[in-house]
Amino acid sequence: MRVPVSWLTEHLDFTGETAPLSAQEYADAFVRVGLEVEEITELGDVTGPLVVGRVMEIEELTGFKKPIRYCLVEVESPDFVADDDAETEPKPRTRGIVCGATNFVEGDLVVVALPGAVLPGGFEIAARKTYGHVSDGMICSARELGLGEDHAGIMVLPSGEADPGDDAIDLLGLTDTVIELAITPDRGYCFSVRGLARELACALGVRLVDPAAMDVPGAEGEVIGVHVEDEQACPRFVVRRVMGVDPTAPTPWAIRRRLMLAGIRSISLAVDITNYVMLEMGQPMHAFDSGALKGDITVRRATAGETLVTLDDVERKLDPDDIVVCDETGPVSLAGVMGGASTEVRDDSTDITLEAAIWDPASIARAVRRHKLPSEASKRFERFVDPALPPAALERAARLLRDHGDGRIHPGRTDAGRPLLPGPVSMPINLPDKVAGVQYARGVTAQRLQQVGCTVEVGADDAGIPIVTATPPTWRADLTQPADLVEEVLRLEGYDTIPSVLPAAPAGRGLTAAQRRRRTVSRALAEAGYVEVIPFPFVSPKTWDDLGLAEDDVRRKTVGLLNPLESDRDQMTTTLLPGLLDTLIRNVARGARDLALFHIGQVTLPRAEQVPMPSIGVAQRPTDEDVAALQAALPQQPQHVAVVLAGHREPAGWWGKGEPVSWADAIEAARQVGAAAGVPLRVVAADLAPWHPGRCAQLRVGDWPIGHAGELHPKVIEALGLPKRTCAMELDLDKLPLLEHRPAPRVSPYPPVLLDMAIVVDASTPVAEVTETLRSGGGELLEDLQLFDVYTGDQVPEGKRSLAYSLRLRAADRTLTVEEATEAKDAALAAVAERYEATLR
Amino acid sequence: MSGANDPYDPKQVAALAPETLQAAVDAAREQFAAASDLDELAKVKPSHLGDKAPLLVARREIGALPPKARSDAGKRVNEAQSQVKAAFEERRGQLQAERDERVLREESVDVTLPWNRRPRGARHPLTTLSERVADVFVGMGYEVAEGPEVEAEWFNYDALNFKPDHPARTMQDTFYVAPEDSGLVLRSHTSPVQIRSLLERELPVYVVCPGRTFRTDELDATHTPVFSQVEGLAVDKGITMAHLKGTLDAFARAMFGEKAKVRLRPSFFPFTEPSAEMDVWFDEKKGGGGWIEWGGCGMVHPNVLRACGVDPDVYSGFAFGMGLERTLQFRNGIPDMRDMVEGDVRFTVPFGTEAE
Repeated sequence: MRVPVSWLTEHLDFTGETAPLSAQEYADAFVRVGLEVEEITELGDVTGPLVVGRVMEIEELTGFKKPIRYCLVEVESPDFVADDDAETEPKPRTRGIVCGATNFVEGDLVVVALPGAVLPGGFEIAARKTYGHVSDGMICSARELGLGEDHAGIMVLPSGEADPGDDAIDLLGLTDTVIELAITPDRGYCFSVRGLARELACALGVRLVDPAAMDVPGAEGEVIGVHVEDEQACPRFVVRRVMGVDPTAPTPWAIRRRLMLAGIRSISLAVDITNYVMLEMGQPMHAFDSGALKGDITVRRATAGETLVTLDDVERKLDPDDIVVCDETGPVSLAGVMGGASTEVRDDSTDITLEAAIWDPASIARAVRRHKLPSEASKRFERFVDPALPPAALERAARLLRDHGDGRIHPGRTDAGRPLLPGPVSMPINLPDKVAGVQYARGVTAQRLQQVGCTVEVGADDAGIPIVTATPPTWRADLTQPADLVEEVLRLEGYDTIPSVLPAAPAGRGLTAAQRRRRTVSRALAEAGYVEVIPFPFVSPKTWDDLGLAEDDVRRKTVGLLNPLESDRDQMTTTLLPGLLDTLIRNVARGARDLALFHIGQVTLPRAEQVPMPSIGVAQRPTDEDVAALQAALPQQPQHVAVVLAGHREPAGWWGKGEPVSWADAIEAARQVGAAAGVPLRVVAADLAPWHPGRCAQLRVGDWPIGHAGELHPKVIEALGLPKRTCAMELDLDKLPLLEHRPAPRVSPYPPVLLDMAIVVDASTPVAEVTETLRSGGGELLEDLQLFDVYTGDQVPEGKRSLAYSLRLRAADRTLTVEEATEAKDAALAAVAERYEATLR
Repeated sequence: MSGANDPYDPKQVAALAPETLQAAVDAAREQFAAASDLDELAKVKPSHLGDKAPLLVARREIGALPPKARSDAGKRVNEAQSQVKAAFEERRGQLQAERDERVLREESVDVTLPWNRRPRGARHPLTTLSERVADVFVGMGYEVAEGPEVEAEWFNYDALNFKPDHPARTMQDTFYVAPEDSGLVLRSHTSPVQIRSLLERELPVYVVCPGRTFRTDELDATHTPVFSQVEGLAVDKGITMAHLKGTLDAFARAMFGEKAKVRLRPSFFPFTEPSAEMDVWFDEKKGGGGWIEWGGCGMVHPNVLRACGVDPDVYSGFAFGMGLERTLQFRNGIPDMRDMVEGDVRFTVPFGTEAE
């Protein structure tokens, strides 16, 4: 909400004690009591001559790309007499000015910046030749003067408000400052000068001059019959009427100026007045052309299939949840959101029916969302509007319309409905002290609650504990329980009076095993050369095609978004690879060649059978069954870890050509994760998209698969535009068992026996299996074995290969003899001979 | 020369004459000195210390001397022999030292050559910052709580006192999960973890909840649709707003140094009452120390406690939350938020593996 300081000051009574305050002091006061100041804009950053001018003649210049006018503008009053004795050149009474706007006619009053003037932003005005004429000044728009965003045309002042030559800086009120505030959803009443001035009055300790505190005269009968069918939707509906309004009467400048500063465009006198009173008091109103209303008014929910053409000439399909104001012909207004076109005030309307109503906030909020029609009115209604306000607001509007439109106020008033007013709230009088951790002065609680408008009684409960009972004012429906009252006391006393005290938390248990493991895995990968990235989890279904996933691949089953930022990326990813590969491609596009990236994050896996979300209240703790049902309706979201690699693992350099990344690096990354987690991983050959069918490994814990690693499929690399031979690994971190206590190994102090052995096996037999068989065949004495050579060629038969191992054998309790070692080695050999028909080479 | 009167052949024993011996020693010294390296020295060694060396030959003549003369001659030969040996060892020492020095000189390299054959990786600064925050609170006795990113609206909104259709629900531009009635959202804040913690844990509860959160903001220099928050929650008997302030002050000092402190401004959040915006005094702010908006906080709303089965007449609590991207932005001077989300390795690598 944007509000000029001068308007606020008008509603504060500083009598005697306090000097007028600066805009900054107002802003500080707002912040202190909980209103967020977004911007402070000083108007009138204008120096030099800025005057009122009257357009005498308009010459339309042709031959240019856009309409251009050359105007003769009177900039001195007609009774101005040039001082003949003056040595300086007498000032001209009229000036020729070039103007690109067309929203004015001869005789209009405009604002003219004369040569020598400087407008906001340091824009200097000088006489200059343009479009074939000398432009001796500038006719200004509201935006050029810093008065608002309106740049649709130049500013035309109401006739009779001023004379040519008048100083426009004063007239426009350019010495003012506009404060823009962000109003939190709980404080609907602050969407008004009335509410904001009240907050300032509390903060500054001065008296509020309440614009709504007026004598509303008793009514003589009704204006129009009003039938409210749904009192929950419409707790109050009040009507007043002004007749015989001059439809050509302009909106006074003072009102237009304030609307302009608030960012509201001037439409017509009647509409401007309803907007003005809305800004002043916070009550949105609607003006109907009385002549267009047929018969009585009915307020009800819309029926399915009904339509309404709204003020913006759009035909809207109404929803049975919409609240509508109807006359005999049907809906004439979408309540609290936007009026209808058929009954709008036209430029020949003389008889105006003014509506001020209270609407159900939630219904208005839904209607705004449904019709995508946020408005100044709905913004207030969906929060809360003071239900006591309609009569005063209507009275104010009717009087303004009478005074400025030369009309008569109809003696009647229709007032339908019975609004609910806030009920009393009781609490121990020291509750604010207990919440704040402060000992407030005696009487502070009652005083602060009175200040916000509550009626306060102090008593005691049965146990003799002092109790304060506050009945909130009609505009504070947000004060419903003790905590709400506490906040009022604390914020008005100031949060800066609350001390800083560290509570003593009970001893914690530190990080969980899973949290510690995640850190360790992350560090291990970083130390191994991988750079962590955190890509977005949004993917396009096309990604699955690019990755070559089969139609029935489980990874294609995703959780979708209703409102994605990018319409094609509307799925939550089931694997970390798409995000990592995107990031890899971005880095390559930026010139990187050798890349190793990792990501640890959640993936979203839909349940095989989607369970509907249970409907659970919040009045009390949900049952364990309810919590379990909530949990069951959520997709599974395990923590994954993944890497991608491209280019060189060891970069080329002066030392040599380096090592290109390979499938083995990706598998090694998996092993490193396993090692960091203290869980050795088994590798078996696999064939899974998006990996190369001959270079893909499945990683297992025991027989439990936890992920895959290897080189990507050449088709995937081509489809995604990845560097050749890009490799990847992904594991489900949550599937790795958590080690709470690792058993310590026994370390033998006796010397080892080292033996080498080369065996010949079928080339198709996986090394991992051979090694595993040797290891178990060698028994306890075989401490370690390392594969040091793999050979295929002339020396071994076709289809076979030679595997050379070095064995380290050792006994736990004695020095091993060569004979014993050889026996163990032979046992290992026998095992592979039996299982794989391996022979000693 | 005096000696026994036994006849002897002066020719045969001339080799043992002192002059002769001296000449042999001198000759050896000269040749050893002339040897320019260990190989040459080795070549000349036999002529002076070998079997046919003059002194060895002379020693064999000693037997020819009359017994009385033998002792003297023996001493002379020994003397000469040890002089030759010493000369040899001395020269060998010199030449070895010269050789060692030359070898080391020849083996010298340019130690300024680069050796980045195994480039080091790095952890994302958001990860290390998040861990740092967690560690500060773990140090205060808190535990780290976590929750899912795709979350039930009940946890993300309902239980946090966001009334249906209240404008507060639209304060956080939320991603909704299909279909329309799924009741699921991408969590718009880490606050649902507060609810999970209160439901799962025994009172008192002191937890810190770091995590990824989502709002439908387009990515630009100051916004990202996927961002990180860290949230703190303490529910215990007698918790006050002074405790909230004390905790935030301690946290600010741990993160930004001894001069850091926080300031609270009244505000509104559905799940806290009273609520506050929190500013932190950041001494290293550009252009001198100043207040920086850091996050939101407040006393846990009684409706939230009730929804979790906690009696608000017995227990009270505070909660606070802040964005990690924003914290990183002002702490490390990062003008553009996109650098934190795009994953350019040039941005991340300099951060290394630990926080700071």
